[in-house]
Amino acid sequence: MDKMLRTAYGEALVKLGAVNDKIVVCDADVSAATMTNIFRQKYPERFFNFGIAEQNMICAAAGMAHSGLIPFVSSFAMFGTGRAYEQMRNAVAYSGANVKLACTHPGISVGEDGGSHQALEDISLMRSIPNMTVLSPCDCLETEKAVFAAAKLNGPVYLRISRQPGPDITGRDAPFVIGKASVLRKGEDVCIMATGLLVNIALEAAEQLHRHGISAEVANISSIKPIDRNYILDANRKFRAIVTAEEHSVIGGLGSAVADVLAGHPGAAFAKIGVEDKFGKSGTPDELFLEYGLTKEHIVEEFQNLLAF
Amino acid sequence: MTDYQTKTTEIRKKVLKMLFQAGSGHPGGSLSCVEILTALYYNVMNINPHDPQWDDRDRFVMSKGHGCPTLYVILADLGFFPEKDLWTLRKISSDLQGHPDMHKTPGIDVSTGSLGQGVSIALGMALAAKYQEKDYKVYALIGDGECQEGLVWEMAMAATNYRADNFTVLLDHNGIQLDGPIEEIMSLGDICRKFDAFGFQCFSVDGHDIDAIAEALLANSDGRPKFIECRTVKGKGVSFMENQTAWHGKVPDAKQLKKALEELEVQENG
Repeated sequence: MDKMLRTAYGEALVKLGAVNDKIVVCDADVSAATMTNIFRQKYPERFFNFGIAEQNMICAAAGMAHSGLIPFVSSFAMFGTGRAYEQMRNAVAYSGANVKLACTHPGISVGEDGGSHQALEDISLMRSIPNMTVLSPCDCLETEKAVFAAAKLNGPVYLRISRQPGPDITGRDAPFVIGKASVLRKGEDVCIMATGLLVNIALEAAEQLHRHGISAEVANISSIKPIDRNYILDANRKFRAIVTAEEHSVIGGLGSAVADVLAGHPGAAFAKIGVEDKFGKSGTPDELFLEYGLTKEHIVEEFQNLLAF
Repeated sequence: MTDYQTKTTEIRKKVLKMLFQAGSGHPGGSLSCVEILTALYYNVMNINPHDPQWDDRDRFVMSKGHGCPTLYVILADLGFFPEKDLWTLRKISSDLQGHPDMHKTPGIDVSTGSLGQGVSIALGMALAAKYQEKDYKVYALIGDGECQEGLVWEMAMAATNYRADNFTVLLDHNGIQLDGPIEEIMSLGDICRKFDAFGFQCFSVDGHDIDAIAEALLANSDGRPKFIECRTVKGKGVSFMENQTAWHGKVPDAKQLKKALEELEVQENG
């Protein structure tokens, strides 16, 4: 079975902690789910459980950052970015605090816990804050690299880490550069820009498009902010159509970020795949992906609509 | 107390002149915390105006950020920045923002303004000091209206849970918030008993008695975080501003400023 991205997150924290004693980790009573408990077991004196009090956790982390530490703060995406939104906005970003908010359980892949726990707005919320960097790794390898890249950057970062396991689809030696897209499959006709769990689905969609005689490029956009403007503008010139794919609301997420770049630049036909202005609900992740249209078939269908093939 | 009369009157006069010049701001809550900040900055805190970022300095967080004119006057007086900057308060291009900004103003340890957040950030600084085995202390000043924020109580729980004995929360208990008297808007009940129940070492002092405030600040810690209720008068020192809700967030006009300064002169000389 594939490894969980959040396990890769917890293990990356331990590796990071071993080489940097300024790394501290905060959690809000979900360390067994965010997997920060892996760090707690290794470095209990550097682990702070704030209980179910995300606002205080994030402000206190800002205070730790102002005192020279590098706090990685974890909760579920709903609570880290939603409940504590204004703490992220003011205590962290406005003051430029070197806090890394790493949230697990984003999107509908949370599954059975249902809509109250499925953050579909977190990228949107974090992306609109000045000074924020927003990273959304697609596999375990990238998750570890994103943790190290976030620690290296002096400033606030939001890391969105899927709850689900996933296959390693990036290479062990593939560079992870904040602000850069990475092309996982070269193509000639159309381009799928995907993030998180949708990257693997995009690769499957490209395979299906290939059978239709269409050569699709797949770009993994793990750095949503800053976003790779050059890649997107080049793609806009090169390809007949671009479709974005994400496990997030179509309002304000990756699709919107790409659209922001494309605004004012005529070029490729464009469509966004994501959750269409709806809340999530209970079900298995697979059932939910199917119901909300986060499937390879839907990606192929969007290109069919755009290009009428 | 008399030793400080000149100092505190001078601070109040500058605060009022600044606010008049700015054309907006919060006189009531600035005037109520003059003695609290005087006790901290002139009697208690270990700081260096020539090295505002000194690693081992004591930290102060103005969690009730709207009271910042008083803090600005004191920081200028101590030499953190030139006094002439005071007269740029709230203006475009000014280093003195409407609420404290740590990146613009030397001596400001934390950007604040959003109520409840500063005191929680301050707790994080205290926890960081303990982890790093540093000896500095962290002080935060909160307002009474601010205590209505749930975050304050999340902070209170965590401060005692982590035995932050290097951490002191001061309350400027002036009894009035933007919409009216606290008791009419949302009563705090017995605030000392509440902090006591959360596990703080509690003190209640006359918030205009510098010696009493300093004594509580310097009292030996019993291993718990400290809470000091400073009983204050909103708008303290200006007869027509004292205990008046209207002066929470409006500034004097030229005539009112003149009258206020005259009153303060009399206090200074009397």
